Amino acid sequence: MKEKIKITSSPQFHHPQSTSSIMWTVSLCLLPAGLWGIYMFGFRSLLVMAAAIIASVATEALLGLINKDKTVSDGSAFLTGLLIGFNMPPAVPIYVVVVASVFAIAVVKWTFGGLGANWMNPALAGRVFVFFSWTSGMTKWTLPHPGTIDAVSGPTPLGSLKTGLASLTPSVQGPLDLLSAEGVPVSYMDLFLGRIPGCIGEVSALLLILGGLVLIIRKIVNWEIVVSYLGSFALFVWVFGGFRYGTGLFTGDVLFHMLSGGLMLGALFMATDMVTSPLTSKGMIVYGIGCGFMTYLLRFFGSVPEGVSLAIIFMNIFVPLLNRAFQPEKFGMIAAEQEAGK
Amino acid sequence: MKRLNTFPKGGIHPRDCKEASCDKVIQNASMSNTAVVPLSQHIGAPAECLVKKGDIVEEGQLLGKSGGFVSANIHSPVPGEVKEIKNIFLPNGISTPAVVIEMQGEFSRLGKAVPSIPWEGMSVEELTAKVSEMGIVGQGGATFPTHVKLAIPKGKTCEIFIINAVECEPYLTSDHRVMMEKGREVLEGIRIIQKILSPSRTVIGIEANKMDAVEHLDTLIKQSGLNMEVMPLQVKYPQGAEKNLIKAVTGKEVPSGKLPLELGVINANVGTCLSIYEAVVEDKPVIERVVTVSGGAIKNPSNLKARIGTSFRTLIEDCGGFSEEPAKIVAGGPMMGFTVYDLDTPVTKGTSGILALTDKEIKAARQTACLSCGRCLSSCPMGVNPTKIFKLIDNNMIDEAAEAGLMDCVECGSCAFMCPAHIPLVQGFRTGKKILRKNAMKKAGK
Repeated sequence: MKEKIKITSSPQFHHPQSTSSIMWTVSLCLLPAGLWGIYMFGFRSLLVMAAAIIASVATEALLGLINKDKTVSDGSAFLTGLLIGFNMPPAVPIYVVVVASVFAIAVVKWTFGGLGANWMNPALAGRVFVFFSWTSGMTKWTLPHPGTIDAVSGPTPLGSLKTGLASLTPSVQGPLDLLSAEGVPVSYMDLFLGRIPGCIGEVSALLLILGGLVLIIRKIVNWEIVVSYLGSFALFVWVFGGFRYGTGLFTGDVLFHMLSGGLMLGALFMATDMVTSPLTSKGMIVYGIGCGFMTYLLRFFGSVPEGVSLAIIFMNIFVPLLNRAFQPEKFGMIAAEQEAGK
Repeated sequence: MKRLNTFPKGGIHPRDCKEASCDKVIQNASMSNTAVVPLSQHIGAPAECLVKKGDIVEEGQLLGKSGGFVSANIHSPVPGEVKEIKNIFLPNGISTPAVVIEMQGEFSRLGKAVPSIPWEGMSVEELTAKVSEMGIVGQGGATFPTHVKLAIPKGKTCEIFIINAVECEPYLTSDHRVMMEKGREVLEGIRIIQKILSPSRTVIGIEANKMDAVEHLDTLIKQSGLNMEVMPLQVKYPQGAEKNLIKAVTGKEVPSGKLPLELGVINANVGTCLSIYEAVVEDKPVIERVVTVSGGAIKNPSNLKARIGTSFRTLIEDCGGFSEEPAKIVAGGPMMGFTVYDLDTPVTKGTSGILALTDKEIKAARQTACLSCGRCLSSCPMGVNPTKIFKLIDNNMIDEAAEAGLMDCVECGSCAFMCPAHIPLVQGFRTGKKILRKNAMKKAGK
């Protein structure tokens, strides 16, 4: 018996979660939204996701081999690959997907020291890198076509909104009106369920919210970030979102903006990445509000239709600062501070 | 219902796993043929050995005399012959001389009528001397000599006396059973301490997973009209940590780096109160204690009253042995206890539990890099930044780690329990503290 018994420093038992269990749980919670995307956009999207995952895992394995550090099994590279797949349009060229994955793992993650050391979300960085390198390939959208194999291209709601707003017809009352006038009508239900063109994994708000809720309950996703991100974004849209349609303050279409684009995927699964988000609750709330504000700015005033990825990356930069600014309060310092105050 | 008190910052909720033994009545454990009695069973200097090989000792005879200001007497748990004095390793890794006694002859206390000495007439000095003479140490696990704690320095007073009956460590039920079965004796012990300290308020803090004990003690207190109160507390680890318990009971924070006496508070474990009763009223030194033997690999988890010096093996055999191969044998609770590699390890005054944990229970996983999830920060009851301090120690920046609050760490293990990367945070902090002390000693030497 003596040979098998473990000698360790306390504590002698542990919370059931580990790095790999967290990574695989997140992947599992993403799965329904991914399957929905594949159902909507067909076989081609499955190919894109597979390419992203294989490229990510292979890059991680190779770099792990070179650095003598077996990190493939922790599931983080799989999750990064999955998220890159989620963030790709269904018709994107496969080599673009592979470049995004290799860039994410090799440059963003490993040049800074691998798991836990990267300062920005690898999946988002990969997406943004290829977005600005192969913009036409990254903006080739496909209309949902469940059950058929004929892929027809068409714009995303946010894309149509951007082009529509440039040549605004004076009589429209909001985004839904504008999209009807543009000839691409969409309903709240379409947005909620994900019957719209978009990136493979971002379209189904419903399934993303369900997956996110599971993660919040299991305390893998911090509610502070989700609530402050979505809350502040909703507030900005509600207060200022109506200006472009001439309807004044407090008339913005919150529901449309909450359910379209990559907001749900970003707020629930990307902004909440543990490595690139702050450590304390207060820091997380400030970070979330920053994400909400930046998303609002980029969506309404940016030159591209969607701003979630850039907003999150922008706030990732501030995480070390936020960690320094919002340290926990040490126990037993109240009396000491009072004394110092006297 | 009124919301129960607790400490507000940090803390965790591990599964308490007490159901296996919380209803098991305390049984007498078997005695091993030889008792191995370490001379260092407390914090502070080891006791000075008074016996030599070949000596015949009686039950309760003084084996080791308190070897300094912070030290405690050690008594023989059994009658017999001193076979040898050898060095052994205690579960906490400290090497200490131990007296090995082969049991023989007649017990002078066991089976005899228990004396009942009236103590109301004794002076405070006499009572403190008795506590010191009988070798009483804090039985919650820290084993700080009780007579030192009760000797209040000049200029300080004890306003609130808090009895720690929280037992926040999972699995352990020995304090719970002591309260249920020895309630009157415990309360009598508390009255003795009240006489020594003359506090204006006395509070017994019990977590709400032991409501039967809360009710039992409350009834006894009301029956005899005693000047003390029972306070049920929310279940949260580490509420039994001294400073967190004081925060939960009084709402005040002991200043960083200071002792509870700064706030006029003195804490004592409920088991210690029982020992004080036995010492004063029954004239009995600390030669036995209640030990919870539990864990997934133990056939019949139990609460056993065991003689000091009895081997872990004997107690585990009393519980029917192992039901499966254990992955770890732990002395104490799972959060702060120590693993042992040798079943011949003896029970000491601080052994509150012996756990045989299975692989399924310990949930070990491969260590990975820190994910910056922030769980260590939100679980830390002392409000420090464990991940930062660990990284500083890892980079040999010990002074910076001290600046960040290394010495505030109480090693409760909440951070390491939560850490998804399975980083041995507490181990790092222990190393850091050791280096810090060494550096300080070097400086003082120059």
